[in-house]
Amino acid sequence: MSAELTRLDVTALQAALAGGETSAVEVTRAHLDAIEATDGALNSYLHVDGETALATAAEVDRRRAAGEELGRLAGVPVALKDVVVTDGVPTTSGSRILEGWRPPYDATVAARLKAAGTVLLGKTNMDEFAMGSSTENSAYGPTRNPWDHDRIPGGSSGGSSAAVAGFLAPWAIGTDTGGSIRQPAAVTGLVGHKPTYGSVSRYGLIAFSSSLDQAGPMARTVADAALMHEVIGGHDPRDSTSIDAPAAPYVAAAQQGAQGDLTGTVVGVVRELGGEGHAGGYEPGVLEAFRTGVDQLRALGAEVREVSCPSFDLALAAYYLIAPSEASSNLSRFDGVRYGLRVGDDGSRDLDEVMALTREQGFGPEVKRRIILGTYALSAGYYEAYYGQAQKVRTLIGRDFLTAFGDGVDVLVSPTSPSVAFPIGQRVDDPLAMYAADLCTLPASLAGLPAISVPCGLSEGLPVGLQVMAPALADDRCYRVGAALEAAQDAARGGTFLGQLAARA
Amino acid sequence: MSTDAHSLSRDDVAHLARLSRLAVTDEELDRFADQLGVVLGAVARVQDAPTTDVTPTTHAVPLTNVHRPDVVTPSLPREQVLAGAPAAEDDRFRVPRILGEEA
Repeated sequence: MSAELTRLDVTALQAALAGGETSAVEVTRAHLDAIEATDGALNSYLHVDGETALATAAEVDRRRAAGEELGRLAGVPVALKDVVVTDGVPTTSGSRILEGWRPPYDATVAARLKAAGTVLLGKTNMDEFAMGSSTENSAYGPTRNPWDHDRIPGGSSGGSSAAVAGFLAPWAIGTDTGGSIRQPAAVTGLVGHKPTYGSVSRYGLIAFSSSLDQAGPMARTVADAALMHEVIGGHDPRDSTSIDAPAAPYVAAAQQGAQGDLTGTVVGVVRELGGEGHAGGYEPGVLEAFRTGVDQLRALGAEVREVSCPSFDLALAAYYLIAPSEASSNLSRFDGVRYGLRVGDDGSRDLDEVMALTREQGFGPEVKRRIILGTYALSAGYYEAYYGQAQKVRTLIGRDFLTAFGDGVDVLVSPTSPSVAFPIGQRVDDPLAMYAADLCTLPASLAGLPAISVPCGLSEGLPVGLQVMAPALADDRCYRVGAALEAAQDAARGGTFLGQLAARA
Repeated sequence: MSTDAHSLSRDDVAHLARLSRLAVTDEELDRFADQLGVVLGAVARVQDAPTTDVTPTTHAVPLTNVHRPDVVTPSLPREQVLAGAPAAEDDRFRVPRILGEEA
C-alpha cells in the first residue's frame, strides 16, 4: 500500500482520505519513506522535517475522527520550492547567503496551503534565486531527473519537478519568471502552470524579477494543477500587484476539457516558436511530439491555424535585460545586515567591504553574472539602449499576443522547450546555451499571460511538453485545452504519462 | 566604459562589480568578461527592433495606486526579526562601521 500511496494523484488521494481507506499519517509516512529511500540520489529536497509533517498529519486525522470541519486539502502532502518563505522552516532560495535562515513569517502561498489542511513535506532544491534552467546553479548541488539521473530536471523549479515526477510528493509549488515552472514540468513529464501575472500573490516569495515572478502549481494531472491554483490564487492585499478579481473555476474548466470536445476552439500555432523558418535549435523529436499533440487537438474538434508573432524572436534578448536589471536591484537586499551570511566583520573592515565580501562568498557565478549585467543595463548612458529598449520590445510582444487573440484565436500553442532534458554539466559554462531552454516560455512571461505545459509524448525516451498560452485572466482556457490534450494522450497510450516512468522502476 | 559596441572589458566588469558590492576574484574577472561579452552581444538585438513611437512596458498589469485603510496592524516581534540577523546588539542590528576612518 505504501508505494501505491505515492503513485496516487491528488484527486485520488483526497477520495482515499475522505473515504477512510487511508489516513493522513499513512500518506505522509509513505512519502517520507520514499524520500528516505530515493532522495539521496535525486537531491530534490533541501529540507525535510518528517517529525513536524507527521504531527501535522496526525492532527488532521484526529480532527477528521472527531467529525470536525476540515480544509479542502486536509491531509494532502505538498512540497514547496525553497524560494517560498515559510515560518520557522529553513528557506535558502538555493543560495549560501541564506543558509540556516528561518523566516519569521509565511508567504501567502504557504499560508493558504496550510489553511487548506495540507501537510508540508519539505522545501525543494532550485537554481540559486531562481536563476537558471537546470537546477545546476543551486549552491546545494544539482538535482537529478527521475527519468535519467545523468540529466537535468529543468529549472529553476527542478527540485519540485524531480520530487513530483519521482513520486516523492504528489504535487509541489514552483515559481516561474521566464519559464521556471513550465520547462521543468515539460522535461520531467508533469503539468506545470504559470498563472496570469497578479493571479497568485507574490507576498513572501524571495524576489528575483518582480514584474515577472509568479508562483504556480506543478502536478501530475491538469485537474490537480487547477485545484492547487484555486487554493493559492485570488486577491491578496499584501501584494500590491495582486489582481482584485474572482478566480475563475479552474477545476471545472479542467473537467470540461477532459470530456474531449474542443469544437469551436481556435488554436493558433506560433510560427516563430519552432515553425517553418524558425526551427533552428529545436530537436526534431521535440517538434514531432509537438505536432502529434497539435493533431490530437485537431482531432478533438479544434480549429488549428498558424499564427505569426514576429516580435517573439526578440523575447530572449528583452528578457535577459529586464530580468537581470530587476534582479540587480532586488538582490541588493542581501547586504549581510538583517539576515543570512556576514563575512569579514573583524573590526578592521567597514560596511562596504563587509558587504562586498559577504556577497562575493554568498552568491554563485550565475547570480553574479546577472547582477553585473543588470547593473550595466541600468547604467547612465546605457539605460535607453538596453533596459529602455527591452521594455519597448516587451510592448511589441504584448501587441503580437493581442493581435492573435483579437483575430479570433482562443489559445496559442508551442513546444514548451526546444529540447528534452540535457545532460548534467553540458551547458553550465555557456550561459547563452542555458538561456535557450527558455526560448518558448519567455513571451508569455513578458506579457504576463497564463501558460501551461502538458506532456505530449517522448523523444528518445524523455518527456516533451506542449505549451498552451491564453489571454490575461483566461487561465481557465489553459486548463480546458490542457485537460483535453491530456485525456486524448492518456486514451491513446492506455495509461497516464508518468505511468511510463513507474513501469520502468 | 569600453567604446567597442556590445563588449565588456575586464576593467568594465571590475567597475560594475564594485558598484554591485561584489569582491570578485581576478579569475572571475577574466571569465565574466568573456561570458558577459557574449551575452551582451545577444541581448543587444533589442536595438534592432522597430520601436519608433512604441511606449515601454514596465509591468504586464496596468498599475494604479493601491491604497489600504490607514490603520495600525501588528508588526513582527523584535526578537523574532533579530533572531535571523548575523549580528545583533542592544535590540538592534549590529553593523560594521560605515565611515572610512580608524575606529
